[in-house]
Amino acid sequence: MLVALFVITAISGGLLGLVYGMTKDTIAEVDAKKNAQAIADVLGTDENTRLDTATVGDLFYNLAYDANDNLIGAAIKTYSNSGFNGRIELMVGILADGTINAISVLSQSETPGLGANMVQPKFKDQFNGKNPASYNLSVKKDGGDVDAITAATISSRAFTGAVKLACDSFEANKAKFMKGGQNNE
Amino acid sequence: MKYLIIILSTILVNNVIFSQFLGICPFLGTSKKTSTALGMGAAVIFVLTLATLVTWLVNQYLLIPLGLDKFMQTIAFILIIAALVQMVEIILKKISPSLYTALGVFLPLITTNCAVLGVSLTVVTKEFNYGGVAHMLSLGESVVYAVGIALGFALALVIFAGIREHIDLMEPPKGMKGTPIALITAGILALAFMGFTGIV
Amino acid sequence: MSNLKTFTKGLIKENPILVLLLGCCPTLATTTSAINGMSMGLATTFVLIMSNLVISLLKNFIPDKVRIPCFIVVIASFVTIVQLVMQAYVPDIYETLGLFIPLIVVNCIVLGRAEAFASKNPVWPSILDGAGMGLGFTLALTVLGCIRELLGSGSIFGLRLLPETANILVFILPPGAFICLGFLIAIVNQFKKESH
Repeated sequence: MLVALFVITAISGGLLGLVYGMTKDTIAEVDAKKNAQAIADVLGTDENTRLDTATVGDLFYNLAYDANDNLIGAAIKTYSNSGFNGRIELMVGILADGTINAISVLSQSETPGLGANMVQPKFKDQFNGKNPASYNLSVKKDGGDVDAITAATISSRAFTGAVKLACDSFEANKAKFMKGGQNNE
Repeated sequence: MKYLIIILSTILVNNVIFSQFLGICPFLGTSKKTSTALGMGAAVIFVLTLATLVTWLVNQYLLIPLGLDKFMQTIAFILIIAALVQMVEIILKKISPSLYTALGVFLPLITTNCAVLGVSLTVVTKEFNYGGVAHMLSLGESVVYAVGIALGFALALVIFAGIREHIDLMEPPKGMKGTPIALITAGILALAFMGFTGIV
Repeated sequence: MSNLKTFTKGLIKENPILVLLLGCCPTLATTTSAINGMSMGLATTFVLIMSNLVISLLKNFIPDKVRIPCFIVVIASFVTIVQLVMQAYVPDIYETLGLFIPLIVVNCIVLGRAEAFASKNPVWPSILDGAGMGLGFTLALTVLGCIRELLGSGSIFGLRLLPETANILVFILPPGAFICLGFLIAIVNQFKKESH
């Protein structure tokens, strides 16, 4: 009786191992492609750009270099824990001079229709082309320059906070990343 | 403090019924009377906690070392849950017949309660953010998470049963009788639970 | 029962959601848009057809006492296959449906059909039964997804029909799921009673 159950489980185990083997590479490829796409989206680079990675504090940097090994910019994975529904993760593309190029939302669980509107271009694209040196990264309610999402100030604050975290970190650390090939000792 | 946050968020903010939609079948099926609801709630607290504990350990010390966690998780977990429910039933019958008569009828139903499989899969695959940093849950956190989810389930079930007992005395339009009016009541309850969003 | 009837009964007369009320969890959770509802329905249909097929083939080899665990293993295998294939080829949909793909294992419809139909009938009717039930499930999910998407986001399958100002947000939030399904079943009930 138990033999029958065991045989069936063993056969399905083998079968699943086979299917897993067949799909594994595609799944890994999809993940890698997604990551590369996210970097390309926020930095405007193409697939020929040389990429490098670094971890600074608890932020993860994807650094893009041109043919002469000069820094084009960094796509920084940043976060905020003060969203309305918890953690928000963003990828912020910052050019070598500190200007924000573009932002993409990696994960968020804000209320649909309210805080979740942070993924809409209307909100997140207002940061594009702004330089934190001349642009106050906090919402208007707090005396800054950022237009908050209607009825979702907490989400907007968290989003802006995450962007500011990335910008401040980049400003403090960019010197050591300016030239490629030097920081990978 | 961390455990308190997990408990609060699983009971109120991310209530298993009203915001995660797990375990709806028993929620609709065993909520006609408050006493039944209490029995089912207690049985779920018991099994869910135990199942999460065992599946977490099996995943950590058996599936991951063997490299099977990517594709054998679902099969392994559902078999463990089914076996566990059977065992609990047999043991309970032996040691505590009175508890068995109270919970017995609900135990077989729990195998197909998707909250049990759902929670045991969630705690080993998803990163959570309790205490500032996103991380996979430790054994202690997983068990506390499971207890919170189960308490949330029991709470939702008992409140809902209390309301349904009153609805039974009403005369709704004939198409609305039974399940439809119950679902709409559940919708209004879910609205009420949305008010907890953002407290932790 | 003729083959045709075996197939069509799942669509309307014994529709798993609207009439039998089985498999409510994915119904409520994944119908925030028409495309999500339909994908969930099709994934479940695949599992239903394949598990009905295999269980009907194996019904004489499986000892009666351990038949439920055996059914569960067969079902869980196909669910995992669906999960891996979706992860590889439609990663976006896989991410939206998330946990509810592995949870097809405990969807009452799948085990219910295995036990009530496939374990007692030959292969061909079992496949038809699985296909009928699966498509009935898909139909209900797609209809619910359309209603919720239209009311909540003003579009159907991403095609905008109503201006953004007409969105009633609550319909794509959890409470809207319960309320929509409640009204849908009420309409079916009303219709059923009148036709008798």
